[in-house]
Amino acid sequence: MSEQRLSVFKTYKLYVGGKFPRSESGRVYEVTTGTSAAAAAGKNKWLANAPLSSRKDARDAVVAARKAQGSWAGKTAYLRGQILYRVAEMLEGRKDQFVREVADAEGLSKSKAAAVVDAAIDRWVWYAGWTDKIAQIVGGGNPVAGPFFNLSSPEPTGVVTVVAPQKSSFLGLVSVIAPVIATGNTAVVIASENSPLPALSLGEVLATSDLPGGVVNILSGRTAEITPSLAAHQDVNAIDLAGVEDDVLAKELEVAAADNLKRVVRPQPVDWSADPGTHRLTAFLETKTVWHPTGSLGASGSSY
Amino acid sequence: MTSTSSASTAFEYAPAPESRSVVDIAPSYGLFIDGEFVEAADGKVFKTVSPSTEEVLSEVAQASSEDVDRAVKAARKAFEKWSALPGAERAKYLFRIARIIQERSRELAVLETLDNGKPIKETRDADLPLVAAHFFYYAGWADKLDHAGYGADPKPLGVAGQVIPWNFPLLMLAWKIAPALATGNTVVLKPAETTPLSALFFADICRQAGLPKGVVNILPGYGDAGAALTAHPDVNKVAFTGSTAVGKAIARQVAGTDKKVTLELGGKGANIVFDDAPIDQAVEGIVTGIFFNQGQVCCAGSRLLVQESVQDEVLHALKRRLSTLRLGDPLDKNTDIGAINSAEQLARIKALTETGEAEGAERWSAPCELPSSGYWFAPTLFTNVTQAHTVARDEIFGPVLSVLTFRTPEEAVAKANNTQYGLSAGIWTEKGSRILAVADRLRAGVIWANTFNKFDPTSPFGGYKESGYGREGGRHGLEAYLDV
Repeated sequence: MSEQRLSVFKTYKLYVGGKFPRSESGRVYEVTTGTSAAAAAGKNKWLANAPLSSRKDARDAVVAARKAQGSWAGKTAYLRGQILYRVAEMLEGRKDQFVREVADAEGLSKSKAAAVVDAAIDRWVWYAGWTDKIAQIVGGGNPVAGPFFNLSSPEPTGVVTVVAPQKSSFLGLVSVIAPVIATGNTAVVIASENSPLPALSLGEVLATSDLPGGVVNILSGRTAEITPSLAAHQDVNAIDLAGVEDDVLAKELEVAAADNLKRVVRPQPVDWSADPGTHRLTAFLETKTVWHPTGSLGASGSSY
Repeated sequence: MTSTSSASTAFEYAPAPESRSVVDIAPSYGLFIDGEFVEAADGKVFKTVSPSTEEVLSEVAQASSEDVDRAVKAARKAFEKWSALPGAERAKYLFRIARIIQERSRELAVLETLDNGKPIKETRDADLPLVAAHFFYYAGWADKLDHAGYGADPKPLGVAGQVIPWNFPLLMLAWKIAPALATGNTVVLKPAETTPLSALFFADICRQAGLPKGVVNILPGYGDAGAALTAHPDVNKVAFTGSTAVGKAIARQVAGTDKKVTLELGGKGANIVFDDAPIDQAVEGIVTGIFFNQGQVCCAGSRLLVQESVQDEVLHALKRRLSTLRLGDPLDKNTDIGAINSAEQLARIKALTETGEAEGAERWSAPCELPSSGYWFAPTLFTNVTQAHTVARDEIFGPVLSVLTFRTPEEAVAKANNTQYGLSAGIWTEKGSRILAVADRLRAGVIWANTFNKFDPTSPFGGYKESGYGREGGRHGLEAYLDV
C-alpha cells in the first residue's frame, strides 16, 4: 500500500518592482475554481488564497513602475522585442502549469485551456515583433512647406494602469499587458478579480524573462477597491479600463482620470481571440514632432 | 543736394495702415444653422468689439442650448448624405473652400485683425496662408482615407462638436473643420465670444462653395453654449482647443459616453538656449516664441532657459531687440505687437505679472507708449525667476517671458520638464547631437530646434501630459475624426 503524497500548495504573491511581496495589508481572499455558473451549481473548489491588495499596494506599484519607466523606454526597440519574445519562450516551457491554471480559473476543458494558452504565447510573439516597427508605421517625415527637417516619432506615454479583463483571465490579460510594454510604457496591472491566479503566475514568468523589475507590476484584489486611487493618481499617465464591467465604476474612474488628463481606453466588447490590431499599441503613445531648419547650400545669408 | 539733418536721428516709420475698405462688416449677424443665418431662439445678441480701439464692430446672435440642439439636428440630417458622398466629391468642396479663402484672404486678414487685435502682419502672412493650406491639405485626404493607415475603409464618427479659442480664430476653425469634413463628418462649431466674425464670414464661404446645407453650422456664443454642445447626446466627437481647466471639465463631462475626444490645451513651453547657440538667431527665436500674437499662443516659449555663461549676453541682446518692437495699431503693416484680445484677458495678464513682482521676480518692460484706448500690454520679461514662481508655472497667455538659467544639459531638461504641461519646447545650439539628445528627453509634443513657432498642415501638433490628447494636422490628425 503506497502512501498518498501530500501535495505542496502554492502561496500566491503579488509581483511589484521585480519582487514578490504579500499585500502590505496582510489580507488574502479565497479563489475558487470556475465561473459564477459553476458557483451556482455548487461545484466550486478552493484553489488558493490570493493577496487582497490595498490602495497602498497600488501606490507602491506606481512608484515601482515610474522608477522603471525611463530605462525601459530607453532600451532599444530590438532589445525590448527580444525580451517580449523571451516571455513567450518562458511560457512555452511552463505551458502545462498555465493550462491547468486557466482551466481551473475559467472552467474550461484541458484542450480549450491549452488553445487559450497557445494563443496567449503567440500574442507575446506578435507584440515582440511590433517593438521595432511601430515607429515606422505611426511616425515619419512630414513634407512641410518650408526649408525644415520635420520628423514625427511615437514615444511611450509613461505609466499605464491596466485593469485586466475579468473573464479572459490569461489571454485577455496578455492582450492588455503586451501592447503597453512593447512601446516602452510600464504597467500596473489589476488582475481578474475572481480569477487572479494565472496573472500572479505570469509574474513569475516575467521575472525570469529578462524583463527589468517594475516594468510590469501585478496586483490581485477587488477591482472596485484598488482602481479609484490609480485612476486619480497624479503620476499615472494612462488607464485601460478593459476589465471594468460596472458602468457606474467605469464612469467614475474616467472622471477621476480627467484630473490629470490621463489617456483612457474605455471598456468595450473585445474578442480576445481575434487579431488585436494596433489600437492598444497606439493608445499609449504620444507623437513628438521635431523641427529643424535645413538651410540651403550655396545660398547667401544665414541658414537659420 | 541738400544736407540732411543730424545722422543720429533715427528714421521713423511713416504710418502704413491697411485699408479697412476691403472688408464689409454688417451691423448684425445671426447663427449659421442648416445653411441659413438665423436669430437665436431666445433672441439674445452680444457685441463684438475691436480690442485695439474698443469700437463695436457688430452685434452677433448668441447661441443657447436650444440653438445647439437645432444645429446638431441639422448636422445629423446632413451627415447621412455628406458621409455617403464619394471622397473625391467631398475633396472638391474642400478644394473650393481653400481657393475661396485664398481669393478672399486679404479681406479675412483685415477682418481678423479688427476682431482679434493681432497685427495685420501676422494675419496676412501667417494665419491666412495657413488656413488655406489646411483646407488644401485635408481636401486631398478625402479620397485617400484607405491609405491613411487606419484600415481599408475607415468610417466617419458622425456629428463633430467643436469649440475653438480666440487667439487664432480662423486658423483654429481650419484645424477643426478641414479634417472633420474630409473624413465625412458634419460639424457644429462654436467660435469664441470675443472673435466670432471670421467664423461667420467662413459660413459665407461655405455658401459660395455650394457646400450642402447643415454640413457646417456656426454658433457664436459663450461658454454655456460650448458646454451644451460638448454635452449634447447626439454629438459623436468633441474637439476642443482652449484652457486646461475647461479641457478637464470636458473630459469629465464625456466620461462614460461613447464620444471621441481630442483636447488641445495650455502650455508653458521652455525655450532652451545653450552657450554655443547662434545668439542673434536665438534672440529672434525667443521673440517669435513669446511675442508672436502678443504671447497669446498655447505653445508659446514662455519660459526662457538660458545657460548661465551666456545669460548676460542673451538678456542684453534680447532687451535691445525688444526695444525695437513696434506696438500699436494692428492694421499698420509696421506693427509687431498688437492689442490684447479682451479687457478680461488684459486683467488676467496684469494680475499674474503683479504676482510675479510680489513673489520677487524682477520685471522689465520694453519702453513703449501704450495707446489710450484699447487693451495693451508692453512686451515684458521677468528675471531672477525660480521654478517655484507663479510666472514660471502658470500659463500667462500674454507677452510675458520668464527667464531662468541652467548650467548643464541635464539641468535644462529637468527644468524644462518640470511642468504639468507638455505642448512645446525650443532648443538652441549648434551641436546636432545635443539637439537630438535633448529633444529625445523633453516631454513635449512639438520641439522646435533652432527655430520656433512653425506650423504646417502636414505636421502633427498636440501635447503630452496636461496639454491634452490627440494630434491635429498631418495624417495623425485624421485619426480624431475616424472610427478607429
